[in-house]
Amino acid sequence: MGGMNYTVVDSKRLATAEIYGKTLVELGEKDKRVVALTADLAKSTKIGDFKEKFPDRFFNVGIAEQNLFGIAAGMAKAGLIPFISTFSVFASLRATDQLHTDICYQNVNVKIIGTHSGTSYGQAGSTHHAIEDIAVVRSLVNLKVIVPADGIETANAVRAAYATDGPVYIRINRGFDQTVYADENYGFELGKGVLMNDGNDITVIANGSCVFQAVQAAKILEHDYGIHARIINLHTIKPIDKEIILKAAEDTRRIITVEDHTVLGGLGTAVGEVILEHGRACAFKKLGLNDCFSAIGFHEDLMHINGIDTDSIVKNAVDMMKHAHVVEITAEGKTTKALKFDDRNFEAEIDWTDEV
Amino acid sequence: MALTKNEWIRMEKEANAIRNLTLDTCNWAGGAHMGGSLSSIDFLTLLYFKYLKFDPKNYDDENRDRIIVSKGHIGVAIAAIFAELGLLDPAELKTFNLTGSRLGVHLDSRKVKGLEASTGSLGHGSAMALGEALAARVTGRKYKTWVLLGDGECDEGSVWEAAMATASFHAIDLITVVDRNRFMIDGNTEEVMKLEPFADKWRAFGFDVIQTDGHHLRTLSDAMEKAMQAKDKPVCLILNTIKGEGISYMAGNPKWHYGAMDAENYKQAKKDLAEFEAKRLARVEKEA
Repeated sequence: MGGMNYTVVDSKRLATAEIYGKTLVELGEKDKRVVALTADLAKSTKIGDFKEKFPDRFFNVGIAEQNLFGIAAGMAKAGLIPFISTFSVFASLRATDQLHTDICYQNVNVKIIGTHSGTSYGQAGSTHHAIEDIAVVRSLVNLKVIVPADGIETANAVRAAYATDGPVYIRINRGFDQTVYADENYGFELGKGVLMNDGNDITVIANGSCVFQAVQAAKILEHDYGIHARIINLHTIKPIDKEIILKAAEDTRRIITVEDHTVLGGLGTAVGEVILEHGRACAFKKLGLNDCFSAIGFHEDLMHINGIDTDSIVKNAVDMMKHAHVVEITAEGKTTKALKFDDRNFEAEIDWTDEV
Repeated sequence: MALTKNEWIRMEKEANAIRNLTLDTCNWAGGAHMGGSLSSIDFLTLLYFKYLKFDPKNYDDENRDRIIVSKGHIGVAIAAIFAELGLLDPAELKTFNLTGSRLGVHLDSRKVKGLEASTGSLGHGSAMALGEALAARVTGRKYKTWVLLGDGECDEGSVWEAAMATASFHAIDLITVVDRNRFMIDGNTEEVMKLEPFADKWRAFGFDVIQTDGHHLRTLSDAMEKAMQAKDKPVCLILNTIKGEGISYMAGNPKWHYGAMDAENYKQAKKDLAEFEAKRLARVEKEA
């Protein structure tokens, strides 16, 4: 990221996708290799500015996602830096074979911006919700995956993707996001989580639109319940920030993940894998869609219905604090922290010191 | 420039060497996609050894002509061609398909230098080739891009997405070539999934169609030169070919889409290829 000039974008006036469009123009001005492609979603994905400024570097392939991804791979092979913009549900599912073979297998320098992710295009129903995209793209070799929390972070993510050689998938929303960051200078780094609020009682790990909800929840937990919640914005799913996850497991012993995505294979799964593989025990809860399609409606209503909003985070955090106690166990002169659940008694069955 | 007699003879000998090397590799590998390799080799020989602006010593030159072999299952023929071009050590062909080898059924462009794309999942080549062709427009380069499709592959919808876009973007520096050998794994293309009227489909998508005998090198070379001179519309060059051409028991036999030989079969195939070359050289003498 060294040597890059950051332009502060005005998040008060602009929706997430508009900020993406603006950032793309900025990159297009700087680098002639940057080209923009879409499949009949130029207006919806807000890349119209790029089309106006650089008509010779803008390609609309019509409603043909397989073609979109294949063309981008060919362009990247010829030295260009294609940015593909389409809805996340199509980017991850409609052209998966091209994403897998043409882009990831060949490790070409294509950036994919999936918009309208999660349930953010709530009114459109499940044909247009993307609740499985992270599960799919996270498994693809060579692909880096970023889920920005707001428009400001989207600008950072797009610049980081540009500065990184190889394929990157960025998942953004329809565009009516709450603002999390005041400006771009909070130390965004690809593959590094951002500490949004410190606390040692419980950790909430969120990404995308759920970061705002988690930050709000921390305030309520502190004020109403005296619970000190650590909030982490894990904007990069791959490569994942193991250090920040393991430290949270170590320090707080209670982790809740929140994502606008199915609980199968997304953020929660990725965090859980890190914890398990390192032999750390902690109380663990994944909030997200529970193997079900979402209802239709406004995004904020759907976040409530699907249990990924502030209320749900508060309720689950309070519940976890009630039932999962951190206790100290002393054995052979050594004291370690462990968990004790009200409704489960692990100690009676196994040696529960978690230092596996 | 049409093929001179000397060139024609040289190309016949080159094609024959590639057929033999492909056959030998199939024998070492314990099986390969012989049928579709043998139907494409005449075209690929003319392309790689006469028309493509491609220097194997400078294989990643940004101004090189590109060829994407969308029918990626003929990796065995491409490996043989690359050995003839000096891009691969011919001895490495003996490792084909073996554990740890760089070479297998579908070649990996990250491992095989000079190979334009990793293909295998069918219907991908046209879009990538179009991307290469459009990139030339953005960067101001003058290269041509070729894509070689199998006919069975044209069942894939993505082939037609790319065809529509090729015409719509007026990408006349992209030459689409279809190896019309009329067979796919499960049988004749017209029985499995009807392609005819095939040329009309390409015309309807905005292409000028050139149909040619894909095994008569002078006729084929004339057709390729015509394709390279496209001005108004992109060209689809349909090669009428015979799957397994050159080996008696493989020619026109869908069983040899992929197959393995025993010692007796291999001996017969080598004999057939020698006779085939003699026949083809006699044709040059007669017609040149």
